[in-house]
Amino acid sequence: MLKVRVIPTLLHKSFGLVKGVNFDSRRAVGSPMQAVKVYNLRNVDELVFLDVTATTEERGPDLELIDELADECFMPLAVGGGIRSVDDVRALLGVGADKVVIGTAALRTPDVVREAAERFGSQCVVVSIDTRDDQVCTKSGRVPTGRDPVDVALAVEELGAGEILLQSIEADGVMNGYDIETVARVSAAVSIPVIASGGAGTFAHMADVLRDGGASAVAAASMFHFTERTPMEAKHYLAEQGFPVRV
Amino acid sequence: MAVQRVAIVDYGMCNLDSVRRAFEEVGARPYVTDDPGDLDAADRIVLPGVGAFPDAMHNLRARGLDEALAKQVWEKGAPFLGVCLGMQLMAAVGQEVEPTEGLGWIDASCVRFVATETDRRVPHVGWNEVTPEAGSILFDGIPPGTDFYFVHSFHVVCATAEQVLATTPYCDGFVSAVRREQAFGVQFHPEKSQRWGLHLLRNFLAA
Repeated sequence: MLKVRVIPTLLHKSFGLVKGVNFDSRRAVGSPMQAVKVYNLRNVDELVFLDVTATTEERGPDLELIDELADECFMPLAVGGGIRSVDDVRALLGVGADKVVIGTAALRTPDVVREAAERFGSQCVVVSIDTRDDQVCTKSGRVPTGRDPVDVALAVEELGAGEILLQSIEADGVMNGYDIETVARVSAAVSIPVIASGGAGTFAHMADVLRDGGASAVAAASMFHFTERTPMEAKHYLAEQGFPVRV
Repeated sequence: MAVQRVAIVDYGMCNLDSVRRAFEEVGARPYVTDDPGDLDAADRIVLPGVGAFPDAMHNLRARGLDEALAKQVWEKGAPFLGVCLGMQLMAAVGQEVEPTEGLGWIDASCVRFVATETDRRVPHVGWNEVTPEAGSILFDGIPPGTDFYFVHSFHVVCATAEQVLATTPYCDGFVSAVRREQAFGVQFHPEKSQRWGLHLLRNFLAA
């Protein structure tokens, strides 16, 4: 049986990892290489690495850094932040990313999603949909688009996205639980996997969004950075609750 | 045992670096090449790849790699491992985008998943069980039902059971590894499947 995945999210800004609240007031939480090595030892299901200031600073992905990180990653690695073109996608896959996470560009220049899926296959194209007040935002949550998350999800599925990383800006960093309602609406509408992100504070939050939201995977950052809880403990808990996990 | 030289075939379809790193990690000497002439120096050959079947075959043919691979594997007997798209290309025909002739080493076609009520999401992404045929060298020491990492929308359908090496339960079950003599193919990503993935690569080096 296909397992539900527990995915630590690493947010990167300039020289280190950060974690904030509501996509803002981010504080430093360590070096990316150290985090990748730890998660590799801990056998996590997958890693998501997002360069959260690339797009707002109008620069592309840091290929040199991704190359180094990918060399230590014997688990799947999804990389996002600053992807503007199919050339960026090719370059990231070339240095060892298994998937790319396209955010702002998916709304601004949707052809990037289509072309990337056609050339490299849908399976490596993840589209990040960031929501606040039931509408999709771009540029790291700064620019509201007025579009409904379900409409955007259906549109990017049609373009060839293979997976959706659905992030709630309101729930981000608050650790009070995922935005189950939006996850449920999106995952019911599409037939590609949906990764729920934003709001995990306890393992029960993960179980809730898997059961009531229909998510295929749960991502978490603050919970793993700021508490003693580990991805493996999360999976043991989920196993006890009857979810298929890899332990 | 002497250090194994593993040729990783570059035909413009990416994910080469992960595969190269994983072979380094298990003590081989991998090298990436798109030159058919470079395959002569290899003890073993790996065909990785992500992307669309027609583009991949086009690229292999354009570089003369299809013939070079057939020569190395079927005339000289080089052990071969196809990974993901690389396994799918071993099939006779691919149905992605348009029907396309594959390498034709396995009597199989490559088709898209048809979602079922319980498995309704395609691509098939994540960790899932792999149950190999008993006594397989490639899976030696790996417990049956071990989870490996998958990420794909298409899968191989074999004409006969003879070339099926392993199966995985998704959308009523599919073939997750194939074998013809010393040529193996795996649909999952051993280079991304941590401990057991690296174990499988070690088995390939010894096969």
